[in-house]
Amino acid sequence: MLLINCPYCGSRPEAEFANGGQAHIARPADPMSLTDDEWAAYLYMRDNIKGLHHERWRHANGCGRFFNASRDTTTDVIKRTYRMGERPEAEHQGAKP
Amino acid sequence: MQKFSALSLLRAGLTGHAGWQRQWRSPEPKPGYDVIIVGGGGHGLATAYYLASRYGVKNVAVLEKGWIGGGNTGRNTTIIRSNYLFDESAGIYEHALKLWEGLSQELNYNVMYSPRGVLMLAHNIHDVQSFKRHVHANRLNGIDNEWLSPEECKEFCPPLNVGGAMRYPILGGALQRRGGTARHDAVAWGYARAADALGVDIIENCEVTDIRRAPTGEVVGVDTTRGSINAKRIGVVAAGNTSTVMNMAGVRLPLESFPLQALVSEPVKPIFPCVVMSNTIHAYISQSDKGEMVIGAGTDVYTSYTQRGGLHIVNHTLDAICELVPAFRRLRMLRNWGGIVDVTPDRSPIVAKTPVSGLYVNCGWGTGGFKATPGSGEVFASTIAKDEPNKINAPFTIERFRDGAVIDEAAAAAVAH
Repeated sequence: MLLINCPYCGSRPEAEFANGGQAHIARPADPMSLTDDEWAAYLYMRDNIKGLHHERWRHANGCGRFFNASRDTTTDVIKRTYRMGERPEAEHQGAKP
Repeated sequence: MQKFSALSLLRAGLTGHAGWQRQWRSPEPKPGYDVIIVGGGGHGLATAYYLASRYGVKNVAVLEKGWIGGGNTGRNTTIIRSNYLFDESAGIYEHALKLWEGLSQELNYNVMYSPRGVLMLAHNIHDVQSFKRHVHANRLNGIDNEWLSPEECKEFCPPLNVGGAMRYPILGGALQRRGGTARHDAVAWGYARAADALGVDIIENCEVTDIRRAPTGEVVGVDTTRGSINAKRIGVVAAGNTSTVMNMAGVRLPLESFPLQALVSEPVKPIFPCVVMSNTIHAYISQSDKGEMVIGAGTDVYTSYTQRGGLHIVNHTLDAICELVPAFRRLRMLRNWGGIVDVTPDRSPIVAKTPVSGLYVNCGWGTGGFKATPGSGEVFASTIAKDEPNKINAPFTIERFRDGAVIDEAAAAAVAH
């Protein structure tokens, strides 16, 4: 079980959290102007990175808030967690955010 | 290829079993092949075998970054069934089941296919309605599946606990009698040996590091840890690593890779006569011929490539199994492990051409790929050989996510396969 550092509550066991998948996927500002390919890419295509991955978590059984984590998917080590609206640190941006 | 038979066993026995050959060669990569298969798991080896045996393409290499059978082929819980809801799924899984039935004879290798029956338990009214719908849909597709009452479940699988005040009572079950298990390592080894005998080069410890493309876009070969190899047709069958490999050719896929765990108990005398699955409480259990209880759990909630997973996932499954089969409460578990499964949004596979000319992909089998191994290999071989999908895998495209023609077994089967 992972220990996850909620930016609002501190370090808690994974069982308190829900995973929200890849982070920093912005909802298209004008969905009606998208082609079918662009809409499918937004809905379904994922980077599925082997390495540093930025992902959303929600402290579902805690404060209930969403936040982001940068986790290495080859070791499961969480390098950093950060609040919604923040960007991953520059050193962590080698992988596409 | 040295043929296996009672006679050859007797003959080798008389000479102290000193005359057995290696089951497949260990060749150096040639400069080029007609077809390269990336990934030496069951699906990749089956693809190579059917390319050579049914579609006349014998100049084939299978590139495996580790060793044959070291990935998900050796990590699954070996369950075979074909009672899926939708026509498209029924088509591809039933194609596989029919091939399983004759596979040991075809490969001259005992894959220990054992149609002992797969019983899927229903624990609530929704399960009952959903499974009965499956039974009817399967029958329309000519696939055996029948509804059992709780008493009939108990009769078919005596160790089950069907009475009492259970958190998840057994309200009945859907039984596919032709379903069962096979020996997963033997499947990989059998296909490898048969493909090798037809001239396929199986190259282990050979990781693909890049896919090379011509200026006009089509593939021309791969770079590997053992040098460059040319091929005009490349089939990628890399399970959890598919996104990474396809990224080398600039193709994005609707895949996420999750750890899926399994575990085995200490070996005990024969007690469990069939496969029992419970989608609702995430438990999959059968007994191997060695006597171990083979148990499958659910996936972790986060993507990962670590080939392990959280212990709480396994605990959850064991909680459920201890309630379903109280006799197992004192069993000790020997080992657990994880495999990395590539999951699509609709939980159905992709077996298709890609936007890149000469590049084909067979992926997205998620948590239930083992059962499909022969069928998946056969239709993928056909797709590569003819450069067009055959009618069984034609629905399993990448474009179905764009076009809305998803094959949503996720909603149909609750969660798992």
